Amino acid sequence: MEPFRVHTGVVAPLDQADIDTDQIIPKQFLKSVSREGYGDFLFHDWRTEESGAINPAFILNRDPYKGASILLAGRNFGCGSSREHAAWALKDFGFRTILAPSFADIFRENADQNGLAALSLEESVVRELLARAHNEAPLRLTVDLEQCTVADSGTLIASFEIDDFRKMCLLEGLDRIGLTLRQAEAISLFEQQRWPNRPEVASEPF
Amino acid sequence: MIGDQPSTLLDKIWNNHLVHADPGAPDLLYVDLHLLHEVTSAQAFDGLKIAGRTVRRPDLCVATVDHNLPTTDRSLPVLDSIAHRQMEVLRENAQSHGIRLFDVDDERQGIVHVIGPELGLTRPGMVIVCGDSHTSTHGAFGALSFGIGTSEVEHVLATQCIPQRRPKAMEIRLKGDRPMGISAKDLILAIIGEIGVSGAVGHVIEYTGPVIGSLSMEERMTICNMSIEAGARAGMISPDPTTFEYLRNREFGPNSDEFADLKMEWGSLKTDDRATFDRRVVMDVSDLEPQVTWGTNPGMVTGISGRVPNPDEIEDEEIRDSAERALTYMGLGPGMPMESISVDRVFVGSCTNGRLEDLREVARIVDGKRVHSGVHAMVVPGSTAVRRQAESEGLDRVFRDAGFEWREAGCSMCIGMNPDTLSTGERCASTTNRNFEGRQGRGGRTHLVSPATAAATALTGRFTDPRST
Repeated sequence: MEPFRVHTGVVAPLDQADIDTDQIIPKQFLKSVSREGYGDFLFHDWRTEESGAINPAFILNRDPYKGASILLAGRNFGCGSSREHAAWALKDFGFRTILAPSFADIFRENADQNGLAALSLEESVVRELLARAHNEAPLRLTVDLEQCTVADSGTLIASFEIDDFRKMCLLEGLDRIGLTLRQAEAISLFEQQRWPNRPEVASEPF
Repeated sequence: MIGDQPSTLLDKIWNNHLVHADPGAPDLLYVDLHLLHEVTSAQAFDGLKIAGRTVRRPDLCVATVDHNLPTTDRSLPVLDSIAHRQMEVLRENAQSHGIRLFDVDDERQGIVHVIGPELGLTRPGMVIVCGDSHTSTHGAFGALSFGIGTSEVEHVLATQCIPQRRPKAMEIRLKGDRPMGISAKDLILAIIGEIGVSGAVGHVIEYTGPVIGSLSMEERMTICNMSIEAGARAGMISPDPTTFEYLRNREFGPNSDEFADLKMEWGSLKTDDRATFDRRVVMDVSDLEPQVTWGTNPGMVTGISGRVPNPDEIEDEEIRDSAERALTYMGLGPGMPMESISVDRVFVGSCTNGRLEDLREVARIVDGKRVHSGVHAMVVPGSTAVRRQAESEGLDRVFRDAGFEWREAGCSMCIGMNPDTLSTGERCASTTNRNFEGRQGRGGRTHLVSPATAAATALTGRFTDPRST
């Protein structure tokens, strides 16, 4: 997984709460068996007109937001479906971090798994930044995960809190499965000790 | 009790599955049952292959096809070649890893959250995961059951474990008497309306109170299913004699020899009297009426006799903006009575309301009547077993005679990945779980309702209180 340490980029504001994963990547694009190529379909129904033509009013179709790599959004970003395609699409489009007052649990986990930093800022800070991203475009910010800060040309804008374990995984780009496999012995022991007492799920041989 | 500490149901299941705990790191939990389907698993198997890993416990995995599958004639080929490929890939993966697959032609095929319980795979006290957010359904049995992303699917395939931070425990206690004609769907929609779509983020909800205890397993599944729509990690209900009765004589359920012992074990799966929840919500349901959503998330809901809200009267700027946007998308005006809104489509089905009890309720209301001439209505059973049972009871005839289409089992128009979708501007009374923009088809307008309200609405062509039919 690609580590996330410090990132500087243009901010795209999406001033809406409860942006669900059906908006981030509509279901008709979930039929692929690959992890790649979803960026073109990110926010598809917002980015395109019914005819398929580009919707010029949508923020990610406008300069200077087209090349944005920091997405700023309202609370409860990523609610709804568990589709990891949402994180894949954001990453593939070019986003490296999402800043919002809060995230849905499954989305945040999916983002973590892909080195996409979903970071929670105070609601008042997000509101202020949303306004600035509109009025002072292109607003370029630096998100420093090590320091847990968001800065504008060296001036501190906000600090954020993040669980130490999440932070380490993002900073190091850790393979989470590899971490769990270090506990292989504990897993085997658990299976030996507990298994006879557990209901059998597959009761027939294959 | 854990030691001499009063504990919650969540704590008990958690501690029973704790494989490893490191200070600062998430706990490592053992997974008893891993459910798989075609849409969120291919990349996980691919990841395993790339890393040279194998499936640790194929015997604890069960797969089916549900999301992409057409609900028309099963003998015809799947025309969507990409969807077809995705199902093929699941077949290949299941076969090469020795995972049991209930394929399209299997009598046990169905929506993953419908077949788990009906086959007796879902049991109290288990940890169950699936790459699907409505995995919360299985919590109805007193299991800890939650949706995961594809990377986590890969993680569970490789290790049979999942690293998790312990969520907070939230009690939602329903008090008062459930009024006649109020369904489980109305209860859960009202709950989400009360606490909001992010009201339970970071929490596992335990539903309690006499109203919950009086619900059937099907009704409990409807409630737990939509826990995710309040942002909860999972929803659960402590197992009781209703649960135990449901589990008898299921294909993969416990055999009669095991049953007595297991009942004892399952009987301890309840929150101790003196245990404390991190958060508690008490709701009186005595005056509840059938619920209908008016907006673009499940929390935007009102009673059937209510009206579309006026955004100008909403103080919070963000909530007002959302409401305005929702009304524009839904093509509704402030103050419109819900009962004045007419629909083009009625959809009965999904992991929320596609079970036999739901179908019986719809049949009871439409029996001998006709669907309104302006409405295209369909019933999609949640599983092939539900379909067969409904047919043996003659429900399919009732539906067809009333003018409903009667389909094969699958997720169908709940997610619209198969050909069952809404067209732009079409308005649908739907027994599903999400009314997000475009959920049932681009530009489609979804209103979430109970099976009874969907049935009554199909007959009149506009939202109708099922208690009046």
